[in-house]
Amino acid sequence: MATPNMPLWEVFIRSRNGLAHKHVGSLHAADTTLALQAARDIYTRRGEGLSIWVVPSNAITASDPSEKGMMFEPAESKIYRHPTFYDVPDEVGHM
Amino acid sequence: MAVASILVSETPLVLYTLRRADDALILGHRLSEWCGHAPMMEEDMALANMGLDLLGQARELYAYAAKVEGKDNDEDKFAYLRDVRQYRNLLLLEQPNGDFARTMVRQFFYAAFADLYWRAMMQSGDPTLAAIAAKSEKESAYHVRHSSEWMVRLGDGTEESHRRAQSAIDDLWAYTGEMFHLDEGERGLIDAGIAIDPAKLHAPWLKTVSGVVNEATLALPKSNWMQQGGRDGRHSEHLGHLLSELQSMPRTFPGATW
Repeated sequence: MATPNMPLWEVFIRSRNGLAHKHVGSLHAADTTLALQAARDIYTRRGEGLSIWVVPSNAITASDPSEKGMMFEPAESKIYRHPTFYDVPDEVGHM
Repeated sequence: MAVASILVSETPLVLYTLRRADDALILGHRLSEWCGHAPMMEEDMALANMGLDLLGQARELYAYAAKVEGKDNDEDKFAYLRDVRQYRNLLLLEQPNGDFARTMVRQFFYAAFADLYWRAMMQSGDPTLAAIAAKSEKESAYHVRHSSEWMVRLGDGTEESHRRAQSAIDDLWAYTGEMFHLDEGERGLIDAGIAIDPAKLHAPWLKTVSGVVNEATLALPKSNWMQQGGRDGRHSEHLGHLLSELQSMPRTFPGATW
């Protein structure tokens, strides 16, 4: 329902075991309170979450898909940036 | 051929449990009627979620009533094979959904009561009822929050939403008194520490309800005349229609499975 009174919100959930909030989808709601409630009702019905963020979709600045060559291709040829050439000791834990 | 209704031995504890189970089933069924019809998809999900919370409460309460009764009855028989006059739910909860405002006002009036009720019942001397209360209280706490937020937005929203919310309050108000009513059988359960005295919940309920209604720029009716009868099986004309839909399958095809 793309009415002026029902803006779009992006929903982020931190799962039981997850360390960071992850984007799970979007919804329409009149304001922050109802957006948070709707997020709870739609995205945590199966016990997925311990924490919810809702963010107005228009607050997100997105990269332009037509610029993806310039934006992302230069990184593809630089495999030395991947930390795969040494072993991480177990004691370090999550990185 | 339709299946006959069951007989229930309504000892005080069986009756007490069935009354609460019927409350949850009937309101849960009313909410399920919104499925696919709510004003927006997000609210469709929210109403169905609340309906499922209530259905879960009903199942546990029916199962316990069956255990206490100790006959051949079970949760399905209680739900599907009792006639209108055997249903013990509050009249408020069988009232038709009407528009979204009416559904929210009904939900708010009941949830504000149920949350207090279940919280108090967590202290019940009956361990099963206390356990059901502990689970239900978390659910009803959310139902209060959800319906309160809508009360405020409908009442303090547009002229149209205000008018609809106020009209729902005016029409449903007379059904709220029954929540606090007590009969002699329940008095015995209160004395035994199993049930709680609902009259004690009236003041905190009114405080919650008045607070939200004021914030919503709405008003509670002045009238204190209250309708009763649901607890004794004397229902409005709406419950029979609800049950005919709820019960048609098991009444027509007894024992059907799929």
